[in-house]
Amino acid sequence: MFNKKWTVLLLTLCLAVFAAGCGSGGGTEGAGGDKSSGSGEGEKVTVNFMHLWPAGVSAGQNKIVNQIIEDYQNENPNVTIKQEVLDNEQYKNKLKVLSASNELPDVGVTWAAGFLKPYVEGNLFAPVDDLLSGELNGKFVSGTTEAYAIDGKTYALPLEFNIAPVYYNKAIFEQYNLQVPQSYEEFKQIVKTLSDNGIAPIALGNKDRWTGSLWYMYLADRIGGQDTLASAISGDVSFKDESLVKAAAEIQSLVDGNAFVKGFNGLSNEEAKSEFLNGKAAMYMMGTWELPNFTTNEEIPQEFRDSVGFFKFPTVDGGKGDINSWVGGPGVGLFISEDSKVKEEAKKFVEYFVTKWGEQSVTGAGVIPATKVDTASLELPQLYIDLFNEMNQASSITLFADVQMEANAAETHLNMIQALFGKAVTPENFSDEHDKAVSKGK
Amino acid sequence: MDKVMSNKKVIALYVLPALLVIMAIVYIPIVLTAFYGLNEWNGIGAMTFIGLDNYQALLSDGKFWDSAWHSLLLAVFSALSLIVYLAVAMVLSSKIKGAGLFRKIYLIPMLLSSVAIAQLWLRMYHPTNGIVNSFLESIGITNPPAWLAEPSLVLYALFIPILWQYAGFYILIYYAALKNIPASLVEAAKIDGATSLQIAFRIKLPLIMEVIKVTIVLAVVGSLKYFDLIFVMTDGGPNGASEVMASYMYHTAFRAYDFGYGSAIGFFLLVICLLVTWVIRKLTATKDTIQYS
Repeated sequence: MFNKKWTVLLLTLCLAVFAAGCGSGGGTEGAGGDKSSGSGEGEKVTVNFMHLWPAGVSAGQNKIVNQIIEDYQNENPNVTIKQEVLDNEQYKNKLKVLSASNELPDVGVTWAAGFLKPYVEGNLFAPVDDLLSGELNGKFVSGTTEAYAIDGKTYALPLEFNIAPVYYNKAIFEQYNLQVPQSYEEFKQIVKTLSDNGIAPIALGNKDRWTGSLWYMYLADRIGGQDTLASAISGDVSFKDESLVKAAAEIQSLVDGNAFVKGFNGLSNEEAKSEFLNGKAAMYMMGTWELPNFTTNEEIPQEFRDSVGFFKFPTVDGGKGDINSWVGGPGVGLFISEDSKVKEEAKKFVEYFVTKWGEQSVTGAGVIPATKVDTASLELPQLYIDLFNEMNQASSITLFADVQMEANAAETHLNMIQALFGKAVTPENFSDEHDKAVSKGK
Repeated sequence: MDKVMSNKKVIALYVLPALLVIMAIVYIPIVLTAFYGLNEWNGIGAMTFIGLDNYQALLSDGKFWDSAWHSLLLAVFSALSLIVYLAVAMVLSSKIKGAGLFRKIYLIPMLLSSVAIAQLWLRMYHPTNGIVNSFLESIGITNPPAWLAEPSLVLYALFIPILWQYAGFYILIYYAALKNIPASLVEAAKIDGATSLQIAFRIKLPLIMEVIKVTIVLAVVGSLKYFDLIFVMTDGGPNGASEVMASYMYHTAFRAYDFGYGSAIGFFLLVICLLVTWVIRKLTATKDTIQYS
């Protein structure tokens, strides 16, 4: 009997081991660590690079990334760049998980300000100031690298830069004999004319919340001036400043005037965009990342693309704002891991990548890069060139509030935006809540 | 073989792998969550131990109690809808024409993924070209509401697809339970002159009481921790009008980077679910199960 019992047990054990063996195929490989010391000439070095441009979703970017990596490897035969590609949301999650176990890739993609801060505080990202003062000195559009700086040190190099103009449908404007507004009064008149004629004046998908934040920021900027807005966001000035409360009140009067598409608080940005693309709404405020849809994207009818123009958010009478002041911000940037074992190689690669990216991303992916590019030598749609020039003339650029604030305060800001547009709070309460949230994070 | 299987040590050995796995992926994380709840932690840097501060803040957090109220409303609606499902299952299980077809129709929503359902209903609720508002306009209602943007309506607008999604599941459970009732019992009742209503209430209902109890627990607990449709369709908005406990937890931890507080919410949610389950078991407890055979 004893024998039989143990035979059964042994058999089970064998099965278990066999099953376990099947499951863990190749799990041990590629676990972050690369042991090459120093960046000696002929020595083989592997740089791990994690990014968020999968071929399926961001074909243009993916192609450029592969091109740059190939070129770099050809120029530096001892270096291998190993890519790991994830989708946007998965990327964010994975980055967080990796950081908890201190296994960040040597080079990776990050967002600015609020997103960056916890990583910097955890000593996970390496400062890149030496790169900025080196070969890359003066190559970035002014104001872009600052968004990645904390306490005087820069922790990532921006790849993209965006500003948010108001796009409008020229065909609809012509139909109702409307001109691009020069002042906020004229803008309100346009809204009224369109709304009286049953056309939705502005496409807004405020389920995503940051979309509505753009409108508030512009009004605050034009009424109170860029300084007031920027200091309020950083917590140096109260949101109860008269001009900021007035901006909030102005939002609600736009809502009362049916300026935004019906049900905007329940629509996502994508849904709102399709209202604009289908010619159902006349205006749409969005970042310059939408430019390909209005210029080169073949999936959108040529007729529509030709009828898209843009204007700068008009000035408000008696306001302190400047028409050349923009709301915008850098998109993603590249960081280098503090604990990387191949830091020097990683830095070289980042330097190379940023330079090449600037030239290729404009034509290849329709992205506006953070590095200065000579538009004259490139074949570009007029809308691009106009916006490039606007960006170079900008008197100031205020970083998107939700990017700039601490995560906690940003959540409050975004929720309050939705409440303000939905008329669930008064402008005074709106300002109160902001003050509370911003001061908590200080 | 029987002797091997009745050996305590062998039993322990066989149970061990499953036990270890469930410990590692369920129970240990629960304990860890409770522990994270005692810390201030942004998910990346170092944790600072702050004792019960998070739990204390939770008790006076108006937003949390709002979301708890929304979850509770959903639980009540789900529990009430069970009555409808039971009625439908009763009709289907009696020999009516096309019962098989109806059963399949009711089951289809369950086969769809939550995200697909969310996309479907997002289009139906679209304020201008959705089928709901188009229909309302065609029957002469001017200016129908924007369902997902109206704070007073959004929650109920979301309940409809949620209840619709699970209808098939519960109908199937009830249907299976009803089919399990021996035909002889029903026939005997008929011979004794019982009406079909009497058969339903006196014979069938008591016999599937145990199943009904289980479905109540499933529906209530499932509602309390409900997340997916709401997350995709409104993301808890506008301004928290459709926030439920699970989405509030997600927003706190992953949007506001407050993992300590988020963990506290998660642990509290678990406690509430356990408590509710226990209360329901107590309330529906009967001394002996009914058997007619």
